[in-house]
Amino acid sequence: MSLIEIRNVTKRFGSFVAVDDVSLKIEAGEFFTLLGPSGCGKTTLLRMIAGFDAPDAGQILLDNEDIISVPPEKRPFHTVFQSYALFPHMTVAGNIGFPLKMAGKSPEKIEQRVTRTLAEVELTQFSDRYPHELSGGQKQRVAFARGLINEPRLLLLDEPLGALDEKLRESMQRELINLQADAGVTFIYVTHAQNEALALSHRIAVMNRGRIEQVDTSATIYNFPVNRFVADFIGKINLLGAQVIAVSTQHLTLNVSHLGEIRIPSKASVNVNDKGVMAIRPEQVNITALDPHTPNDGKRVGRIRDFLYIGDVTTYIIELADQIHIEALLANSVPGQAQLFEIGDPVAINWQENAAHFFPD
Amino acid sequence: MQLSNRLIKWLISGPPLVFLLIFFVAPSLIMIVTSFRLPGEFGGLAPLTIFSEHTSIDSGLTLETYQFFLSDWIYLEIFLKSFFIATLTTIICIAMAYPLALLIANSPRKFRNLMIMLVVLPFASNFLIRVYAWMIILGPESTLSHVINHILGVLGLEPVTLLFSPFAVLIGMVYVHLPFMILPLYTNLEKHDPILLDAAQDLGANRWQQFWCVTWPLSLPGIFSGSALVFIPVLGMFAIPDILGGTGDIMIGNLIKDQFLGTRDWPFGSTLSIMLTIAVLGATVFFTWLARSVMRSP
Repeated sequence: MSLIEIRNVTKRFGSFVAVDDVSLKIEAGEFFTLLGPSGCGKTTLLRMIAGFDAPDAGQILLDNEDIISVPPEKRPFHTVFQSYALFPHMTVAGNIGFPLKMAGKSPEKIEQRVTRTLAEVELTQFSDRYPHELSGGQKQRVAFARGLINEPRLLLLDEPLGALDEKLRESMQRELINLQADAGVTFIYVTHAQNEALALSHRIAVMNRGRIEQVDTSATIYNFPVNRFVADFIGKINLLGAQVIAVSTQHLTLNVSHLGEIRIPSKASVNVNDKGVMAIRPEQVNITALDPHTPNDGKRVGRIRDFLYIGDVTTYIIELADQIHIEALLANSVPGQAQLFEIGDPVAINWQENAAHFFPD
Repeated sequence: MQLSNRLIKWLISGPPLVFLLIFFVAPSLIMIVTSFRLPGEFGGLAPLTIFSEHTSIDSGLTLETYQFFLSDWIYLEIFLKSFFIATLTTIICIAMAYPLALLIANSPRKFRNLMIMLVVLPFASNFLIRVYAWMIILGPESTLSHVINHILGVLGLEPVTLLFSPFAVLIGMVYVHLPFMILPLYTNLEKHDPILLDAAQDLGANRWQQFWCVTWPLSLPGIFSGSALVFIPVLGMFAIPDILGGTGDIMIGNLIKDQFLGTRDWPFGSTLSIMLTIAVLGATVFFTWLARSVMRSP
């Protein structure tokens, strides 16, 4: 039995369908992420789980019981808001103890639990500070501690790392993973940052225009996106116009513009003459130097047009034909070397057969 | 560069400074000196006299008016009664202004300015006219008086006069000063981040707890500034007790007015004014201290 089940939930705002017939099952102990561009309905879905908005259709079940009529304060869920929403007139200890106070716990019990929680999130010396006296990372930790202290069945997190700078965000990501593992609480995490989703989640639901495009583990979503939107939204990917010219049980043969015939693993419900795109990740494209004096017998070739050096890796932009480019990502594993190729170098391009995907239009 | 900056600073702050020196500092000093003098036989101040046997010039300064103020309980009683009325007015204003300010702050943005305009609209007509209007509303031949006395009659109780009573004074005070409570309270409530109420609810607070744990403590600065704006003018008010109150409903303001315009005892009027100023300063210090101690965070 799933902890939370969302059954055919729809939410409209006027004529705009924010969440469109969404169904999901979230297991106890999971770190589950709703990922999508802004306006895709992920926050609306989160607010319906928290109880702030009621769905227009569908059910939300906790332990197989519909909780739509249960108000937010009665649901055993807590939320960490993007802006933290710490109470400005309460100290750190007051903020963290708030859920226990609302739950009617005795003052001694509250003090005891708050002291323990403060130690856990390393905020003991800040217990008498007010939120405006804290740094961004400290506020964030107070918000997490406040959300977890009363042991909710589910912690909902609405882009909680959005306001932090990059370095801090990375360390908070590690802290979050540990926090979730230690507390054993189910997390539903909303974000538009795909790298954050990949790094944190057990499973990800990719949302677009109110619908769920794909639900799976990080690696499966990254390596086997089910459609063009998911492929394009998660990570970087090269998309080249293509048409199916042959279908067999094992392979599809594509005619890719400026690259010619390419074989990729077969895919269900694709027919000959279907048009679409061939997709391949930049880091899965191999490039090798091409000797201009030897004949390039059937190799796929291009010319280095530009490169982008960002330290650990360099992205090469290879021109296949006028205005048609493919990107390849190479790690700078040789010390002292910034690039392997110069602009204008002719190169051969290849990849493993199963690295490429075809998405029909 | 630096010189011209300084010059500009003086040019900007100079005129108001001069204005305050002439029309605030100087009169205050005159009032302080006056309070230590004796009244003249026909009003004003007694002339400075020369005592020939000591061949010394009397400074003309005396503590007599202060002794007089403390010698009779009646003055202290009027002071206490004024404080009581000011406190009661403030409390009633808080109770009446809070729901209204909350309603305006939670209204759609486009209606808020209209509602605020309605709150301040009474200021468009003269203060005295509005108070005189209450004289008619509360008068013995008014519909309100008839209705109330009819109900009292049915209940077998004695009829009451509404006008010229402490009740009428209180109504006038609340009516005139209510906007001064609504405006700062609204300004405060409007700035509250609604996400805080969502957070409180999410963490288990019901509506009542959301109000008492979040909205109320965050609105205290608004309540304190509103209270100062109501309490202080009410304490010194003389027009409303004059018009709506009976002979027994005299407040400090009336007492001071009578000293200058009636009995023409300038020194005693000055003494009373100084006492009132001290009381107002005390109230201001109290409100500021209260605001600071309750709200350590902004």
